[in-house]
This record gives sequence, structure tokens and C-alpha cells, in this order.
Amino acid sequence: MTAAPPPPFTALTRHPMLPDVSHDEAARFNFLAGLNQYLSGAIGAGNRLAYEKRVLPAFRAEHGRDPEHRYEVRDAMNRDPWHRFWSGLKRNSMEMRQHNGRQVVLRQLDALDAMARQFNEHSGQLELDPKVEQPFYQTAVDIHCQPGGYHSEERPGDVSVGANYDVGIFATTGGQLGGLNDGGGQAVAAWARRERPDWQPLRILDVGATVGHNAIPIAQAFPDAEVIAIDTAAASLRYGAARAAGLGVKNIRFVQASGEDLSRWPDGYFDWVQTTMFLHELSSKAMPRLLAECHRVLAPGGLILHVEQPQYSDEMPLFEQFMRDWDAFNNNEPFWSAMHGHDLKQVMADAGFPKDSQFVIGVRAVVDRDIFPDAPSGEGEDFGRAAVWNAYGAWKPAAQAAAA
Amino acid sequence: MSDPADEQIDWISRSGKRAKGKRPEYFDDPATDRLLSIVMALVGEVSVLRERLDTVERLLEKSGTIRREDIETYAPDRAAGEERALATRAYIARVMRALQQELEAMEADDPPIMEWVERLARE
Repeated sequence: MTAAPPPPFTALTRHPMLPDVSHDEAARFNFLAGLNQYLSGAIGAGNRLAYEKRVLPAFRAEHGRDPEHRYEVRDAMNRDPWHRFWSGLKRNSMEMRQHNGRQVVLRQLDALDAMARQFNEHSGQLELDPKVEQPFYQTAVDIHCQPGGYHSEERPGDVSVGANYDVGIFATTGGQLGGLNDGGGQAVAAWARRERPDWQPLRILDVGATVGHNAIPIAQAFPDAEVIAIDTAAASLRYGAARAAGLGVKNIRFVQASGEDLSRWPDGYFDWVQTTMFLHELSSKAMPRLLAECHRVLAPGGLILHVEQPQYSDEMPLFEQFMRDWDAFNNNEPFWSAMHGHDLKQVMADAGFPKDSQFVIGVRAVVDRDIFPDAPSGEGEDFGRAAVWNAYGAWKPAAQAAAA
Repeated sequence: MSDPADEQIDWISRSGKRAKGKRPEYFDDPATDRLLSIVMALVGEVSVLRERLDTVERLLEKSGTIRREDIETYAPDRAAGEERALATRAYIARVMRALQQELEAMEADDPPIMEWVERLARE
């Protein structure tokens, strides 16, 4: 079955910080939403066909065996004309999304910056710390091919990268994250409500929050909780804090801090520590440091939850691993490949979460089905963009045995 | 004195800034990569033109007159949104015919046409 076409950009929920979009600018996003759906849908099946019909037979003829690693599949597929063309189209789609989004944002940057300053001065929900350094895994390349990544500025104190991220994510996901691009956070909040109906977390930490689109629905679902959304990138936080204030969400604060150093918060301070599509944007050395800090600030009995893509395992066919790896090499996601190759349960255990306290759940974006299509599954799987995730979590044991 | 944060920036030239990180090359000749980027930008703009025309047609049909502001603020209702998304899907399918037919050709595994020419000449 063919997936429903994406909704129009104009169906997105307006909030005060969302950049104004002209008719043609909205139409550019509409085109890209349709193009991305096309490239990841039926036409994406051409990659598997090319692999099975010619790439794999050629590999066997040359090596006398099957590929043993997804990188071998990648090397072979990168010589295939079909895959190269398809990849070229996908890369261009991402570059056009950034170009179009930046045109929208930069032409009205004066107004956006002024509004953000006004919101942030009045709300007191933004706390920047210029001493926080940008880690190299955020600055080595511009993540998602977004010029400036999450952290750079077009001029001092601006909100351009945050505004661009928010206004254009619709095009990348085909509207699958819902009217406020918050379907991920909504899904997590709904899961927590179902899982422990009586649970009332009072302090929640969202690490790697960028513009807060995943933390805000959690803050809305737990209005008595105080939510701290941290990121190293001031440029994203400025927009995120103003966006939250514009939406009237008051129980959230945006604080510039690194997840690798949570020393400003005491042991056991938070009832819930959350990351959403963030772990793959670290480095191999940073991830365990960050998880150890998360473990330290989490109260006994508290929840840690990481929304991510499925990890690679021996059970996952190499071809699927290779397809899921596409973003690492073509969309500036340098840690994507290595992160999904880790045994995350072991990494979590090393950070202090016993394996028997851990769990893995499937999470689908919660969106308004009157307007937005359900995330496709099966053949429509987008190997990273579709709104179907795995979440890796643990309830920290209430009385953890002292290390022997 | 004006706030330095409000210094006007050249939004047109800066919006196309490249992302940091070496861009993969997808074709043997870099010119092919550049051409694909240009073609895809044009493909997108034709889609935008078509959508704008659709807006004009719908507004004229509804009220017989039109102002630029009506176009800029037009938001299709659900039915119109679906019709337009379907039209965009059909448009993309037309543009991408070569890709789609190459996929079908991979499935079909036809022999080279010369084989048929020679065989039919004999039969």
C-alpha cells in the first residue's frame, strides 16, 4: 500500500517563534516532503534490487565469499550506478532543505532575533553559560548538513540555526513528527503514562535538547515537574527557550551545559533523564562519560530513556545495516555508524545500570492523525528518518547494591 | 547607535552556505554532481510554480478576483491539500521516470536488444 501523501506545510501548528513562510517557501517544503517520501518509498527498493542482482554477485565473483561487514557492502554499493544516483538525489534533497530553510530564516532574522530576545528577557527560561565549550563531535562537521550545525551564529546572539531546524524538519520527515514536530516527545510521555500511571517525576533532565521540541511535550504531560533542557549550543537554546515561552510552557528551563559534565547538579537530583535521537551525535569516548553522569544525577528508582534507531546486531542483515548507515556518510552523522554498532545494553551496564533493570521498547511518533499521516512501516521504512524508533531505557534500582 | 545584533546580513548569499564536512562525490565526473544539483533545484522550482498556479486558480474560482496577499496567505483546506500533494506526487513520478524504469529494468533482466534483432532475423 502506498503511504498517504504528506500534509501541506501550512497544516503545521503556528507558534510565535515559527518563522513566517511565504506561499512559495511553503511550496518548496511541500515539494521536498513529497520528494523524500518518493525516494524512501517504492523507489528506494531499487537499492536492494541493485544489491541482489549485480552488486552481491559481483562481490562473490571477486572475493569468493559474501560480504562480512556493512562497510564491505558500502564499498561495493558505492560503485553501483543506481545507488550512486539515488544517493545523489537524497543528498541534494537534504541540501535543498537547508538552503530553503535558511532563506526563510535569514531574510527575517532581525524580527526573529528581536522576538526571541523579548521572550527570553521576560520569561527567565534561558540560562546561557559562555564557558561551555562546543565539543569537537559537534563542530567537526555540520550535523545533518545544516550549515552551522546546532551551535553556530550568523551574527552574535542570533537564533538562525534553531529557527532553521524547526521550520525545515517538516520537509525531511514529510510531516511525520506532527504539527509541532513534537511527535517523539509526545510518544515518550504517552509511554511513561501507560507504563507507570501513578508515577509523578518532579525533576526531569533532557540532554541534547536543541530547540526543545522533544522536551516540551514531556513538560506538558507532567505539568507539576520541573524540566531542565540542556545543550551545549546556545544558538539552539535561544530559539528553544523563546519557542517554549511562545507556546506558554512555563515548567521548562533551557540551560547551556554539556551532558558530559553535569557537576552543577547533585547526585540523584533528577527523577527522569531523557535523550531523544541524541546518542548518535556523540563520540565513542563521550557516550560512556555522558551516560555515567546521567546515572549519577538520576535518583534511585528513576527512569533513564534514550530514543534511538535500532542497534545493529548479528541478526540484522548486512544490507539493512548498510542502508541505515547511509546518513553517517552522506548526511554528516559521523558517529551514527559506530554508535549503532555498540552493544548499548553493555554500555548502559558499564555506566551503572544493571542489565536486569534495562528494557527496550518500540516507539512510534504520536501525531494528530486528522492532519498528519501515520508513520509508514515495512517497505516504507526510511532507515533513519521515519518516525519509528527503539528506546533503550532503565529504571535505576531503588537500592543499588554497593560495588563488590 | 544601532544594536550590532541587528546588523543587516546578506540573506541571499548566506542562505546557500555549504555545510562543513567534505561532500561525497556520487559520479565520476564532478560536473555530473553539479548538474544534478542544478536540475533538482529546477525540478523543485517548477513544482513551486505549479503549486502557485493551483493557488491562483482556486482563489479565482472562489471569488473571481485576486490579490497578491491572498496568494501569500493561502492555506489549502484538507481536501485541497490532498489534491495538491497527489499532484506533486504525480509530478515527481514524471520527473523520475528514468530512475523508476531503470529499477524495472533491473527486475526484468532483458537480454541486449541485438540478441533479439539477430534472432528475429533468423526466425
